Amino acid sequence: MNPLGSLDELSVISVSALTLYLRDWLEANDILQNIWVHGEVSNCKTYPSGHCYFTLKEGDAQLLCVFFKSSRIRTFAPELCDGMALAVNGRVSFYERDGKLQFYVEAVKPLGTGEFFERFEQLKVRLAAEGLFDAERKRLLPSQPAVIGIVTSPQAAALRDMLRVLRVRYPLARVILSPAQVQGTDAPSSITAALDLLNEHGEADVAIVGRGGGSVEELWAFNDEMVARAIARSRIPIISGVGHETDFTIADFVADYRASTPTAAATAAVPNIEDWRIDMLEKRQTLVALMQAYMSDLCVRVERTQHDLERMSPRRLIEQRRQQLDDSMERLQTRMHHMISLRVERLRGVALRLHSLSPLLTIARGYAIVRRDDNQKIVSQVEDARPGDDLTIQVQDGTIPVEVRRR
Amino acid sequence: METLPFEEAFERLETAIAALQDGKIPLNEALQHYQEGMKLAQYCNELLQRAELTVQQLSVDDTGTLSVLPLNL
Repeated sequence: MNPLGSLDELSVISVSALTLYLRDWLEANDILQNIWVHGEVSNCKTYPSGHCYFTLKEGDAQLLCVFFKSSRIRTFAPELCDGMALAVNGRVSFYERDGKLQFYVEAVKPLGTGEFFERFEQLKVRLAAEGLFDAERKRLLPSQPAVIGIVTSPQAAALRDMLRVLRVRYPLARVILSPAQVQGTDAPSSITAALDLLNEHGEADVAIVGRGGGSVEELWAFNDEMVARAIARSRIPIISGVGHETDFTIADFVADYRASTPTAAATAAVPNIEDWRIDMLEKRQTLVALMQAYMSDLCVRVERTQHDLERMSPRRLIEQRRQQLDDSMERLQTRMHHMISLRVERLRGVALRLHSLSPLLTIARGYAIVRRDDNQKIVSQVEDARPGDDLTIQVQDGTIPVEVRRR
Repeated sequence: METLPFEEAFERLETAIAALQDGKIPLNEALQHYQEGMKLAQYCNELLQRAELTVQQLSVDDTGTLSVLPLNL
């Protein structure tokens, strides 16, 4: 059956008509619908959905493969990783949306390790035996690096990613790029030279060696012995950040710190300035609180001293003396009063006695005193007065002026 | 203070705080530590606000001389 119907050489068909035709044509081929193929896994990626996508390589040829979650679970398939040599069973079809020929895997059979994987394992074992991966060799990363070395390609997106992280997290730093080719045959010697150059320059406090994600081949330079040894002899602590989370390279094992990606490496290299800003605010608050505590402590001490001083002050003594003085004054006054009234009494007695002798008392009984006006002498005899003399008679209630008429 | 590196300023700030924490220093010294501490915190904060990442590139010329050049991406 021809799904396209009868076509002459001048007919034009749509893309979808052709891709549909290709799919049907492939799926109509019984051989292609149940076949075993062997090759080496590369660019392997398992998505959160559980579907696994990879490229099967052999020689210069490659085949895109999809291994759906349902098939993986049904066949208890091992976790696939780059470098694995596999025989895969499944069917060939055409994926219209991407315009790709794809192999839909139903089952896999590992065929031992692939060439890359074998070399990787051998080098890993050898360097591990030398002690290059030992935990004691790992140096602590500086907490506040002033200068950060980066060994990567100047064109790489990874470099821009790292600089973006460093700008946000720690703009106080200076970055020195030691440019290197990170893929291709010259990559190992280029990375090694760049690392050595960074050490020769010597200002970097920490260095990041890395590149973004890629296939096993693209990341291969980081599995090179030369690079491993350059990392090992670096005086500057090294952070590796190669590929994605799932990629492990020899460089990761030798590095002082393995970060899963270049971005993670930049994050690990520096503190977060935002934490410092917060810390700085807290420090200012601490200063204020400490100063307040200091001052209030001082105030308490001053108050206590003042209190002590008050207890020892002579004021009480002065008050005591003042009271004594008051007492004395009062006693003095009482005494004076007493003395004065005593004298008043005595005076009254004398006055009474004086009174009893007074001639006025005699006059009161009817006697009179007669005095001469001219010389005030008392007339006690006839001889003392002559006719014509002016006399005054003093009686009880006053005086009577008189004139002598005859004798 | 203008040219003081952040790290040093930060360290001096910590020292000022430690001195105040001790609490057994004379008042004028305490005040000095406090004032210096506040200035340092302000200075550190300013440094953090206006800091800008410097990006350079190592290069070796034909004679093998190592130099550092600015890198503009």
